[in-house]
Formats: sequence, structure tokens, C-alpha cells
Amino acid sequence: MQTANLLPLILVIAVIAYGLSYMRSRAVAEPIGGIRNLKALPFYYAARAALWCAIPALIVLALWAGFEGKVIQNYVVASLPAELAPESDGQASLILSQINNVAAGKLDPQFVPPEVVGAADLLDALKQRSASFKATLVILLAVLGAAYAWTRVQPHINARENVERTLRWIFFVCAAVAVLTTVGIVFSVIFETFRFFGKVPITEFLFGTSWSPQTALRADQVGSDGAFGIIPLFTGTLLISAIALLVAVPVGLLSAVYLSEYATRPARAVIKPLLEMLAGVPTVVYGFFAALTVAPFIRDLAERIGLEASSQSALAAGLVMGVMIIPFVSSLSDDVINAVPQTLRDGSLALGATQSETMKNVIFPAALPGIMGGILLAASRAIGETMIVVMAAGLAANLTANPLDSVTTVTVQIVTLLTGDQEFDSAKTLAAFALGMMLFIVTLALNVVALKIVRKYREQYD
Amino acid sequence: MNTMNSTVTSNNETTEAPAVPVQDERPAETIIQEGVTVGSPYADDPKFKLRDVEVFYGESRAIKKISLDIARNEVIAFIGPSGCGKSTFLRCLNRMNDSIDICSVKGELMLDDQNIYDPKRDVVELRARVGMVFQKPNPFPKSIYDNVAYGPRIHGLANRKSDLDDIVEDSLRKAGLWNEVKDRLDATATGMSGGQQQRLCIARAIAVSPEVILMDEPCSALDPIATAKVEELIAEMSESYTIVIVTHSMQQAARVSNRTAYFHLGHLVEVNETDKVFTSPDHELTESYITGRFG
Amino acid sequence: MTDQRSQAEIVRQSLKRRYRKERRFRLYGMTAIAIALLSLVVLFTDIIGKGYTGFIKTTMTLEVVLDGEQMYLDDASDKDQMSMADFQAPIITALQKHFPEVEERKDLRELSRLAGSYASNQIKDLLARQPELLGTTQTMEFLVHDTVSVYVKHADNPAYSIRLSEQQQRWVDELVQKGVVDTGFNDVFFSRGDSREPSNAGILGAIVGSLLTMVVTLVIAFPMGVAAAVYLEEFAPQNKFTDFIEVNINNLAAVPSIIFGLLGLAVFIGVFGLPRSVPVLGGLVLALMTLPTIIISSRAAIKSVPPSIREAAEGIGASKMQVVLHHVVPLAMPGMMTGSIIGMAQALGETAPLLLIGMVAFIVEIPDGFFSSATVLPVQIYLWASSAEQGFVELASAGIMILLSFMITMNALAIWLRKRLERRW
Repeated sequence: MQTANLLPLILVIAVIAYGLSYMRSRAVAEPIGGIRNLKALPFYYAARAALWCAIPALIVLALWAGFEGKVIQNYVVASLPAELAPESDGQASLILSQINNVAAGKLDPQFVPPEVVGAADLLDALKQRSASFKATLVILLAVLGAAYAWTRVQPHINARENVERTLRWIFFVCAAVAVLTTVGIVFSVIFETFRFFGKVPITEFLFGTSWSPQTALRADQVGSDGAFGIIPLFTGTLLISAIALLVAVPVGLLSAVYLSEYATRPARAVIKPLLEMLAGVPTVVYGFFAALTVAPFIRDLAERIGLEASSQSALAAGLVMGVMIIPFVSSLSDDVINAVPQTLRDGSLALGATQSETMKNVIFPAALPGIMGGILLAASRAIGETMIVVMAAGLAANLTANPLDSVTTVTVQIVTLLTGDQEFDSAKTLAAFALGMMLFIVTLALNVVALKIVRKYREQYD
Repeated sequence: MNTMNSTVTSNNETTEAPAVPVQDERPAETIIQEGVTVGSPYADDPKFKLRDVEVFYGESRAIKKISLDIARNEVIAFIGPSGCGKSTFLRCLNRMNDSIDICSVKGELMLDDQNIYDPKRDVVELRARVGMVFQKPNPFPKSIYDNVAYGPRIHGLANRKSDLDDIVEDSLRKAGLWNEVKDRLDATATGMSGGQQQRLCIARAIAVSPEVILMDEPCSALDPIATAKVEELIAEMSESYTIVIVTHSMQQAARVSNRTAYFHLGHLVEVNETDKVFTSPDHELTESYITGRFG
Repeated sequence: MTDQRSQAEIVRQSLKRRYRKERRFRLYGMTAIAIALLSLVVLFTDIIGKGYTGFIKTTMTLEVVLDGEQMYLDDASDKDQMSMADFQAPIITALQKHFPEVEERKDLRELSRLAGSYASNQIKDLLARQPELLGTTQTMEFLVHDTVSVYVKHADNPAYSIRLSEQQQRWVDELVQKGVVDTGFNDVFFSRGDSREPSNAGILGAIVGSLLTMVVTLVIAFPMGVAAAVYLEEFAPQNKFTDFIEVNINNLAAVPSIIFGLLGLAVFIGVFGLPRSVPVLGGLVLALMTLPTIIISSRAAIKSVPPSIREAAEGIGASKMQVVLHHVVPLAMPGMMTGSIIGMAQALGETAPLLLIGMVAFIVEIPDGFFSSATVLPVQIYLWASSAEQGFVELASAGIMILLSFMITMNALAIWLRKRLERRW
């Protein structure tokens, strides 16, 4: 039975358990003078039965479904005869896909070795056995759980406390998912990264100045090694982010100042949502805009004034990214500026300072830590931004500071290395995870510092 | 200190000789006539000439037709129960209400025969002449020196660093703070005690050499010792400045002011010499207030 | 007094200079806002300008003689014959009727290239459905070839290059004049999946894919986000672990989205063996990405429920859980829903993580379930935008317009919800 069919079945059993326990709790209450003499309302006895029925069954089902594929696969691979046993992980995945295709009927058995056909049959058999085991176990658990809860419908047991404790645990698990996600991220990059450093020395990765991940297919080809120096990627990322921040910080900050200090109420009511619209536009749209409108425009403009510009210039990607970050900077600055107490503003105005003097000399210095935090967050945004650079920045890892040149970034390389044809375990694929880890570490550090600064700043004026 | 002693004695007299007897217990509203102020609200050659001033917050009228003169170099205290409009009225005098969108002011407000609310009037210049000290000390998060120097700097009052140093020192001396802070002018102002902060704010206001200083309950956030120091300071400053002070404490009004104005529900009920207000007020509402029947 | 007078004089003199500065500062602010708003306007006009033609299709209506002899076909219900038959011939003949002077083989080939590549399939499909039509004459509407479509729609636009020969251009002009070649509302775009040929490509597949993915995201992220927010606001003890959870949530909200793609690739595909390119996988990844947003906004909504409500419920002996489930959560629900809709709108526009988990595949069929290969709107836009053929640019822009209209609708819904349902305490 399929996982998809088991889910509604568990639900049905849970509903039945709910109904039966509800009736039983009323029946139990009858001789002792009504439900007021139960420790909890019938609803709680019933809900407890439903939880007892569903939770263990669902946990087992989830675990089984999560791991059955892997376990079966390993078992099948292990069963292959010695001469077919894969020598590398790449071979293993090839044979596995053959086996899978034969088993699924997509590949004619006559094109593959008989051992593979045998393995495919084994795969089929194992899958069926696993499915029936799974179904039996899960249904059994559901029924047993329900039956146990049904026998425990007794007036002296406080079912409400049970139910509430369970719910509280469920809530806790949901909150802990955030931690699990972080752990998952760390683990998903860390193993592959270590394997990558097994193939490419970490010093070459961190300090190498050349990046060309195209490893050769055969060992005797020229340039078979590929180069994995991250420096051109970092400079490219920094160049584009710097251009973006050069656009976003002044524009965002000054917009926030104007909106909070000068704009009339109706003007604010119109402009603010419009600015926020810029933040809502998906990044793929910005990428499209950068690649098909801004980049050609910049190239033509540069040519007209006699400069040479790449059709995928860092400037185009950076400018558009800057526009994307404007609302981010402006809303953060707005918060920060509004957090400066009105009394400071009054103090300065009462001395006869003009609004701009008050802004520049009093509010701005007071708000500076918060604004710095906001800029750091914006920088982390820019560094991690993917679609704009994938579409508008190039693939060539040039080590340059010329904004009219084409550069590539960490995120572009992750996407390039992991889409299209990939061989598992090649240095190329693993490099993407190493890059991901660098990206994660850098953005995490920026975020932690920025959030700390902002929090400290808020506390100062609370 | 002299002022303090004299008011204390006059306070004693109040208790011994009851002033105008309370005739009946009509509700407060019925005794006040709009635009009518008993006592002596007017003066010759006033610094401020205020006529029929009304302040609106959106639809509601917070100040109802107040007319008052404020004489040169006098200390006038505004007293009255909370919400009576005394702070609102004070903030009209240097247009601090401008920053509140829904607030509008009507009537004639003249400073040295120039209309304060003339649309062509320059708020910056006005506020350089009419300084203000707030209820809660609000030093800028900068050094002590920079706090005091801020005003002179933005107005360009000092040509050289030494001029600025002189202004800072002079202002801090006038505020009675110099000896306490002369060794740590670079320390941040937010690290000072509340009383010091408030005196710093006064020094900051003095540094611009204003003609008038408005004080909005300057001692309400301070302990009694700090309060005494600030009051002393006000008494000294009265020689060279016109001071308008809003206060919650009747003792303070009695101690520091020449004249006292009593506000009630947006009306200016009575203005008189301070001694007279606290000994024999002309209006029964003032009487009720100073004898603590409400407040 | 002299001191005050002279000071006042200095102040008055400095005013002009200071007001100039003030005006300049104000001007900077207005310029900044103008730049931001101008970018918005340019962005939208650019996309609409590029994309509105995506909603127009170019068709040619031909009288097609379904001549069995010409097609080497005498029984349309015979599958073998059908797979060998020549369905191109009737189209060439029909076109030739308009240009009897064309006889040379080379010219005929050029002429035949005016019809779209799928035109012959259309005849085949028709005959497969209704074999009895063999030998009759039918009026059929075909999509024109992409080069023709580009010529008809963008002849005056320098951004497009015309890939038709002089002769072909003349023919097309004549056909347009005769009304044989015409433009109309592009229903193909709304009823098909992707295609190698721009005029035959549609966005329905991507819309359905996005819908399926969003359902998964919503089903996972909303209940979990609300539960997590309830736990953190109402039940969490003050301890290190709770702090740790909060730090994690705040940081996850700022982790670059592409990292979630790596997570999906390594954990959901690598460890749990989920298939690539399916809505379940995409939904899971986007749910993890959206979760922090939903938790943060739900917590804000819970915080805004006044304590008096809690106290009132506790006062009549409700348990903590009852207070929360009966009072706090229902009252906070509008706020939670608003935050979730905004989070979902973000997820709808997200592209980067989906690229890594294989949702970039070229998929023609419209997905029919949570486990069938699919792509989503933003990824489809990305694919079209990076295609070489020029016809895809207008499709990408049209796709963007559709994506944006979905997002604007969702945000409008969120604003409406906030205005209508949110209580002011």
C-alpha cells in the first residue's frame, strides 16, 4: 500500500477512535452522575484516543518512508555480483539508474546484463515486501494505540492534562524545526565540503586566484585538474555587492529620512507602499530586467562614450540589485530613525536647529549603530542574492575591479555547478557545497553581528 | 534664597487669613467666562503680547481664547491641574507645536511686536531667541562639550575654537555645572545624573543667548536636591532672561516666579503677582486649586 | 542685552546659508525617492512593453484539402499508416493556392516554412480523432512559424531581428492583407505546458506546478509556523534552549535562499531519496524557507492580543492551553493569516533554491499530482528568459506579468484581511 493511501486510512482510524472513546466516556459517566464527575470532558478522552492512534503510526510511517528507498538501494547494490560491483560512486549511480529503469519498465531488459535484470527483480520484490510490512505495521500501531486509549477512558484519569501535554510537545517540536533546519543546513554542506577538501587542498581553495571548475573527463586530457581558487569569485561577489550598496544605501537612507521627516501624511501613504512594491518583486524579474534591458543599455552607453563594456557587466547586475535592496534599507532605516526619541528631536529644534541640522547632527549620529546594522543586513542580502547575478552576471571568473567587465559570483557558480549534467562526487559538484558553506558562514556572521547591533541599539532607547 | 524665604512666609499667611470665601459649589465650568481673565494679565511694553489665542488638536479645542502679556525679564509661572493646557500654550511660544500635524493655532501671538505665527516668520530664528527646556532631560548622546556647543555651532555664533570654548564654559558656569564637569567635558552626557543632565540642557539653551527661556516642568523628573539647584539657577537667570515656567508644584511657582498664571480646562482663569495668587487669589477656582481642593 | 542682540543678528545673517542647506538636503531626499519610484516605473513599463505581445498569437487560416493520395494515406484509422503519412503536403498545397506562381522546389520549401512546426501534427490529431474526414476539405487555423510571428508582431522593433527572406516577407504581407494571417488572443499560452517552439509554449504547466507547490508549502508551513509561534510566545520556558531557537529563527530568516536549495539537494534528495523536480520537494524546501517569516509575524499577532483577554479566561478557570486555543489563537488569526499570505507570496516568487532541486527541467506535460515532475512560474520565466530564441522573451515578460498579478492579488488580500479583520485594541 502506498504512503499516500495510508495517510487517509490513519485519519479514518483516528476518527473512529475519537467517536468510540467519546461514546464510552459518556457511558462511563452515566452511572456516576453525569460528565461533571469525570476528570475531563468527553472531548478530551476522545481527542486523546485520536492522538494515541495517529501519532505513533505517523512517526513510524514517516521514518519508514524516509529511509526505505535508501535501505533497499544499498541492499540491491550489495547483492550485485563482484564483477558488476561499482568501483566508484559515479558507476554506482549509473548502475542504480539502470536497475531503477528496468524495474520501472522504462528500459528494455534485453539491453542490460542479466545481473542487472536480476537486481531489478530483487528491487521490485523488496519494494513490495517493504510496502506490505509498512502497511501492516502502521495499521497495527494505529489500532493498538486507539484500543489502549479506549481502555483508559476512566473517570479518574485526567485526559485533558494528557492531551494538553501532548499538544505542548507538538508545539515544541514545531518550534524546534528551526533548529533542525539550521542543523540540516550545516550538515548538508559540511560533509561534502570535507570531501571536497580531500580532493582540493583548502589553501588552494581559499587563496587560489584562478577558478575554472571544468574537470576533464579523461585523466590524460590537457588541463585535467581544473582550478578551484575562490578569490575571483569573492572579488566578483564583493564588486557586485558594493555597486548594489552604493545605490541602495544613499537612496534608501535618504528616502527614509524624507519620508519620516518631511513628507506629508498623504504623500507618505502613497510612497511607502510603492517603495515596498519594489521589495515584493521576485528576484527573477529583476534578473530579467538586468539581463535584457539594463545590461544592453549600459553596453551601448559605454560604447558611445568610447569605453569597452561586457554585455554581462558587473555594473548592470549591481545596479539592479541595488534597486532591489532600496526598500530593504529604507524600511530598516525608517524603523531606526523612528526609534530615536522625540525628545531629542525637540531638544534640537528648540535650540533653533533646522530640520536638516537636527537630522544630520542629532538623529543621524544617534541612529548610526542601527543604520550600520541595517547596512550589514543589506550586504548579506546582496552577497546571497542569486537570480539577478545568475541571469545578468557572467560565468567568467575574472579577477577585476572594473565594473564594466564581466565577473562571476559565488551564487552563480553554485547554480552552474549544480544544474545541468552533474556527476556525483566529482570535485566540481563538491565544490558547489564548499562554496555554499562559505556563503553560509559569511552571511551568518554578517547577520549575527547585524542583529546584535540592532538589538543593542533598540534596547538603548526602550 | 531670598525668594524662597519670602514665599514661605507668605504661604504661612495664607493659612492664617482665609481669602475670598467660597460662595457656592457650582461646577467649575459655569464660573469661567471664555476669554475673561481676572487679575492683571496685561503689562506695559511686553515681551510677548498674546491675544485671543486658541489651539486646536484636530476638532477639539485645547486652548480657549487666552489673552496674556509677558513682561521683559520677568519669571512667570503657569500652574493648573493636569490637562489644563498650560504645556500646550507654552509650546505655542516658540512654535514647538508645529511638528504635530493636527495641531493648529489661532489668535494674535506677538514677540516684540512681531507675529510669531506669521507664515513668513522664521522658526529657526524664533527658536534661537526663544529657547526651551523640557520636562525630561534630553541631552544628545554626545559629549558634554558637544551638547553645549551644538547650538552655537549650528547658528555660527563662534568664529574660532577658542570662542566656542568660551561660550561653553560661560554657559556651563551660568548653569552652575562648570565645576562639576570641567574635567570631563568629553564624557558622554547620557552618563550624568538626572539633575546634571537637566542643568546641562539649561546650559545648552543658554549657549545660544536666547531672550526668552521656556521651561516645561523642568524639575518633574528630578529629586528634591537637584530640584533646589535648578530653582536656584532659575532665580539667577531671571536677571538676564525672560522665563516662562510650567510647573506642577505650587511651591515651586511660589519660590521662583514674579507672576503666576492659573490655567483651567484650556482657560486662563487668573493672572496675578505670585504673592497675591498664593495669598488672596481673585478667582474662586484658583483658590480651590491652591488650597488643594483639586489638582 | 547687547550680547543677545548681537547674537540674534548673527543668527539672522546665517539664515540664508542654512536654509540653502536645508533646501539642498530636502532635495536629496526627494531625488532619492524619485530614483526609487522611477526604477519601479521603468521596470514595469519595460516588462509590460516587452510582454504584452506575449498575449497575442499569430495564426493562419487555410482551406486544407485532406487528400489521401497526397498524404500516402487511405485509412486514417490505421496506426501504421498514420505514423508514416505526410501531413505536411496538404499545408503546402493550401499555401500554394494563395501563391500559384510559386513552383520551384526551393521556393516551395520557403513557403512551407511559414506554417508552424506543429501544423502537420494538428492535421494528424484531427484525422486520428475523426478518420472519416479523410478526403474532405477543412478550414483549419494553424499557428504560424515563429519567425513569421516575430515579423508580424515586431517588424518595426529594432530589438528583434527579422529572420525571413525578402520573398517570405512579401508573402506574409500579402497573407496579412488577405486576412489569412491574423493575430488574436493567445489562448495557447494559457492552455499548454512548455515547448521548444515559442508560439506553441504555454504557461499553464508552470501555473499548475506553482499551485501544487504552494499547496504543499502552505500545508506544512502554516500550521507549523503557528504552532511554533504559540509555543514560543505562550509556553516556552525562559532558558538557553529557547534563546537558541529564537536566534535560529532570526538567522534563518536572513539566510540566502539558495542555501535552502543545497539543503533540499543534500537532505531531501540525498538522504530521504525524494524524487527530483516534484512539487512535494519544492514545497518542502519553500516551507522551510517561509517558516521563519510566518513564525515572526504570528508571534507579533499573538503579542498584540491584550492580556486582559487572557486574564478573563484564566479567571474563570480555563487551563493555559484552553486560554490559548479558545481565545488567543482565534483573536490572533487574522494577523497570522496576513503574515502567512505575505510569506507565501515571497515563496511563490522564489527561484534560486528550486533550480538546485531540479525544477528547471524542460517539462511539456501539465503536472497532474504532487509527485509528477513540474516546474513553477518563476523558474519557467527564468528558462524562457535564458532561451536563445527571441520569441521566448515576450513569453517571459508575459509570464512575469502573470506572476506579478498573482503576487499583487495575494498582497492585496493580505491588506484587505488586515483592514477588515484585524481588531484594534
